[in-house]
Amino acid sequence: MTAAEIVNKLDLQVFSGENGLNRKVSGGYVSDLLSDVMGNADEGQVWITLQTHKNVMAIASLKELAAVILVNGNKPDEDTARQSNEEEIPLLGTSMSAFEITGKLYELIKK
Amino acid sequence: MGEKIADQYSVTGGDFSRAGYASSQIKKSLKKLGVDMAIIKRTVVATYEGEVNIVAHAWSGKIVFAVDDEKIRIVLEDEGPGIEDIEQAMEEGFSTATSEIREMGFGAGMGLPNMKKNADHLHVESEVGKGTRVEITMHLN
Ligand SMILES: Nc1ncnc2c1ncn2[C@@H]1O[C@H](COP(=O)(O)OP(=O)(O)OP(=O)(O)O)[C@@H](O)[C@H]1O
Ligand SMILES: [Mg+2]
Repeated sequence: MTAAEIVNKLDLQVFSGENGLNRKVSGGYVSDLLSDVMGNADEGQVWITLQTHKNVMAIASLKELAAVILVNGNKPDEDTARQSNEEEIPLLGTSMSAFEITGKLYELIKK
Repeated sequence: MGEKIADQYSVTGGDFSRAGYASSQIKKSLKKLGVDMAIIKRTVVATYEGEVNIVAHAWSGKIVFAVDDEKIRIVLEDEGPGIEDIEQAMEEGFSTATSEIREMGFGAGMGLPNMKKNADHLHVESEVGKGTRVEITMHLN
């Protein structure tokens, strides 16, 4: 499964980082605590969060995550989107809550 | 034998827009050297947490990075308020982060525990009112 397929199947908005949409997705991690993600997320995962600031992309890049999904209709800060383009890690959005999108993503990639 | 790489980065307290820059440069250097990915991943977690701690808790600091045949050594040294009780600071969940910092999702009190978990050796020393020195060692063999 690629980030692009997830975008299509879950009808996500693509804010930035389009060049990374071919990244392979191995799983997901849900958290709004940055040290939690730093310590527990793994390469290739999609990170689901409501945090919109630039440090999100610093972590996504250091951890080599496949994509970030902002929930509850949140929009990224401008410099967050810029860094997502530079790192080529897609920054995605949905109006769904973390609970809903996580359930759907889990169903989609567990197969 | 001998040092393969030695680099230094400065870190500004309070400047979250640059937090992670030094860690990402160090990651690039380690990849270029062909260091085992599992070791790079652990080094990155420990270094990033140390870098963010300087940004979040101190006034200014520097990160010195050195690699030789046997080990990676990263020393994070800052001028800042220091840590009163290091043992307590190492406990999961302990944090003195401000509400602004917590709103950003920092301040879970997981940084030092993450460093402890991921570093092969972690040494923290601090003087209240002066600053903190953290040394991370990773064995290469
Ligand atoms: N460089 C430092 N200078 C001064 N105090 C520090 C420093 N590093 C850590 N501390 C103190 O130790 C506490 C625990 O640090 P730790 O990194 O575990 O958590 P945190 O930074 O508060 O939150 P998190 O890392 O989860 O975002 C901090 O809240 C702070 O009081
Ligand atoms: Mg910390």
